[in-house]
Amino acid sequence: MTGMLKTLRTSAQWTASLAVAAALTAVTALPARAADFAGQTIEIIVPASEGGGTDFWGRFYVPVLQTYLPGNPTVVVRNMGGGGHTIGGNFFANNAEPDGMMLLASSGTGHFNYLLGDSRVQYEFKDMVSIAGSPVGGVMYVAGDLGASGPEDIAALEGATLRYGSQGPTSQDLLSFYALEQIGIMAQPIFGMGGRSDARLAFERGDLNIDYQSTFSYLDNVQPMVESGDAVPIFTFGVLNDDGELGRDPAFPDIPHYGEVYEQVNGEPMSGQVEEVYMSFFTAGFGAQKLLSMPASTPADIVDTYNEAMLAAKADPAFQERRAEVLGPYPQFMGPAAERMKQIATSVSPEAKAAVAEWLAERFDATVN
Amino acid sequence: MLDQVFSALGVLMSTEHLLHLLIGVGVGIIVGILPGLGGTAGMALLLPFVFGMDPSSALATMIGLLAVLATADTFTSVLMGIPGSAGSQATVMDGFPLARAGRARQALSAAFAASLIGGLLGALALSGFVQIARPLVLMFGAPELLMLTVFGLSMVGVLSGGNWLRGLAACGLGLLLGNIGPAPATGHMRLTFDSIYLSSGLPLVVLALGLFALPEIVDLLSRRSAIAERAAPLGTGWLTGVRDTLRHWGLVLRSAMIGCIVGAIPGLGGAVVDWIAYGTAVQSARDKSRFGKGDIRGVIAPEAANNAKEGGALVPTLIFGIPGSGGTAVLLGGLVLIGIQPGPRMVTQDIDIVYLIIWSLALANVIGAAVCIGITPLVSRVTEIRYAILAPAMIGIVMFGAFQATRNWGDLIAVLAIGAAAFVFKRMGWPRPPLLIGFVLAGGAEVYLYQSVQLYGMDWLGRPIVMILIALTAVSVFFGARSKVSTEADAGAEETATIPGRVPQTILTATVAAIGLLAIVDAWSIPWISRLFPFVIGGAVIAFCGLSLLVDWIRPAPGTPSKPAFSLINLRHFAWIAGLLPLTAVAGFLPAIFLFSVAFLLIEGRLRILAASAIALAIVAVLWTLGYALTIRFPTGLLDFMP
Repeated sequence: MTGMLKTLRTSAQWTASLAVAAALTAVTALPARAADFAGQTIEIIVPASEGGGTDFWGRFYVPVLQTYLPGNPTVVVRNMGGGGHTIGGNFFANNAEPDGMMLLASSGTGHFNYLLGDSRVQYEFKDMVSIAGSPVGGVMYVAGDLGASGPEDIAALEGATLRYGSQGPTSQDLLSFYALEQIGIMAQPIFGMGGRSDARLAFERGDLNIDYQSTFSYLDNVQPMVESGDAVPIFTFGVLNDDGELGRDPAFPDIPHYGEVYEQVNGEPMSGQVEEVYMSFFTAGFGAQKLLSMPASTPADIVDTYNEAMLAAKADPAFQERRAEVLGPYPQFMGPAAERMKQIATSVSPEAKAAVAEWLAERFDATVN
Repeated sequence: MLDQVFSALGVLMSTEHLLHLLIGVGVGIIVGILPGLGGTAGMALLLPFVFGMDPSSALATMIGLLAVLATADTFTSVLMGIPGSAGSQATVMDGFPLARAGRARQALSAAFAASLIGGLLGALALSGFVQIARPLVLMFGAPELLMLTVFGLSMVGVLSGGNWLRGLAACGLGLLLGNIGPAPATGHMRLTFDSIYLSSGLPLVVLALGLFALPEIVDLLSRRSAIAERAAPLGTGWLTGVRDTLRHWGLVLRSAMIGCIVGAIPGLGGAVVDWIAYGTAVQSARDKSRFGKGDIRGVIAPEAANNAKEGGALVPTLIFGIPGSGGTAVLLGGLVLIGIQPGPRMVTQDIDIVYLIIWSLALANVIGAAVCIGITPLVSRVTEIRYAILAPAMIGIVMFGAFQATRNWGDLIAVLAIGAAAFVFKRMGWPRPPLLIGFVLAGGAEVYLYQSVQLYGMDWLGRPIVMILIALTAVSVFFGARSKVSTEADAGAEETATIPGRVPQTILTATVAAIGLLAIVDAWSIPWISRLFPFVIGGAVIAFCGLSLLVDWIRPAPGTPSKPAFSLINLRHFAWIAGLLPLTAVAGFLPAIFLFSVAFLLIEGRLRILAASAIALAIVAVLWTLGYALTIRFPTGLLDFMP
């Protein structure tokens, strides 16, 4: 009898335990969907780990979305690093519903892997809808002792052995190698750099004599070397205006952009496949280095809601002030302008892609996975 | 300059600043205690707040966090044998045996005292060094970094448990595991077998947890006792520990110096500094017999080094904008966020900020060590809990920590697979620390060799610092060859020591050799520059395994095994942990942990259902809170992502 009672009590407790387990399942389940964002939780997938540039950028947009989207939803960041940003990108592609509840904060690494047709990529970036984008500037510079005094003096570099520190031929350095080759500079790659800062340190040590840095890093660390004559800028990668045309970098109005230097060396502006490859990879890596996007088939009313929110943010001086502090001197591409940038970044034709792959194999023995 | 020092002191002592420093220290201690969570997770917790703070407060919070991570990570290393972070792996070697001998308090307080002194010395080095560091840091190019890597690898000698052939084979295996992912020069995938999870390499946290934590858990479970196998002997309180550290002041000083230097040189990474400090402590000790069985010096050395490392690592962070450790990498991002731009101008224009950072670092170290020593008597009682009751919590923490690495299913699968292999290693007398050292140094070894040759041909061997480092390595190898550390011994566990039979040993050795061969086959058709490293290391692994087999065969039979190396009990315990995976796939992570814990506590822990449910609920509540704070989406019931 007591044994029976015990069994009964135990099974009742078991049921209670299972109920707790079920409740926990509910806690971790996805929130319900609705057209209005009030009380909703929007998730930004950051395909990189916490603390990096992409993460900071994604987090910058958390309060922006919370403030300007109707209903002031809760916005959270979910970091999913690894696989050259493809794990997070794939997760987004396989899980995001076209309901505006999940966004992807992508960056140059993921854009490049997509452009190069990396087999790990399961997302069709071209079809996504981008609602915000950030450019980043970059300045190519050489060592002072090479004899070139500035961009107009690029011919002085002829014959010099230029050593460039790279993270790998299929990283964003692809654009550097490609662009330099088009103006007659065959830089010798020194692979195995952990990042741009590694390369800069090696430049300062004198191990390398050509390098590029992004805007902040250039201003803080390379500008002093320029002032002391140890470094000489030769071009910026440029910036895109809202219409998608290449122009001078507002952070470096006195340094010509790559298009100008190309014309100076070759006697004619970029055109054909060179222009196609440069503009696409440049936009993917610099011009729209960071993009905030939604899944392909998101209905127009949700896209419009987002676009309005982004344009409202853009018009707010408080946003502009925060933006200048955190993201630098560049205008953000908000709403439809971001979508235009994404289109340029993904505009490279299959022929040009094939040409790039062939060039990678020939020059670096490198492969796209 | 002096008035800048004192104006910084004024800011430091303001209530506002102190308060935020305390917040940082608080978060740092929590994050530090939990294995798998480091500076990145801590910063992720703080970031939402840092966004709104004024720069001085944000700075205080971040430095507070950074300073105590390397202090608090000692708790799990000593108490549970789970490396609390990459910087306290070596602490497990002697710290855990001490805890099992009932001397947890002594070990912990010795560690915290060493952390404190190390941290202060690190801050001191930073303040003295930061103005003149520039040319010194620039002297370390690829060749110097290569030789530092080789020096790090030379520690394998003393950490091979007397069987240096197996140590070298294990180290080679680690180097190969560190090779997983895209080759640095050409981007060809190596040893990834088309898995996306592996395509960015195996995470260090996953390897460390699998290598050390899981085998320990399985082993402890079969003993059916508490972690502390005997009551605390007299004279092993916290004061004894502090006295131990003060008595070994020379060791503290030297380890702190190693920490500062390794931290200050960007490119080596902080993950190996504790092993180097530990290795040199063993090499230089006159009586080495207790190392690996519970020598207090084995705790003091790595802990002094890993706190000093953070001070050293701030040197390149502040003056070059290049982080010297994982924690400073995150700090760098935070600094930019609050409008402080590290770089050469930092030491000229913003020297007051530099001093504020230094003072904050020193103060946070003192507070952190004091808090940790304060909670030691309480926390160390976990070693007195019956292990079968503690185990679900530990398994939950390990799985949670592993999942933090990339938040993929792959993390959970990998930590289990590595744990199983590591258990075999442990039982068969194969040393695991060399494997970890190889793994940590794999990237540097390949890349720096490649860069040295590319940049200097063979001239790199003639550079002065390279020659000094070659000499140091030679000394290290010499001392290493003479010392034996029983890295696989367990204090008070002699009764279960096993002599594995010849057949299982041969099978294991052949398996390791087969992995070497696999690396070669895998790299067969890629360009030579990416093939060279796996070929050489794979070949070396095969050679060391072959020699090891030869030695095993020539040596007289080791006697009949006193007891089989593996028993069904171990298998059952492992099955428990492995069962978590299918359960997670069906029910989702947190419900799976709950059900697992209840079942385990009922069957293995012999608890009543009510007590079991209460404990399980508490475990899940802690994990859920953490997951919520870190915005982690745990794996849900459906397999949402397979590697």
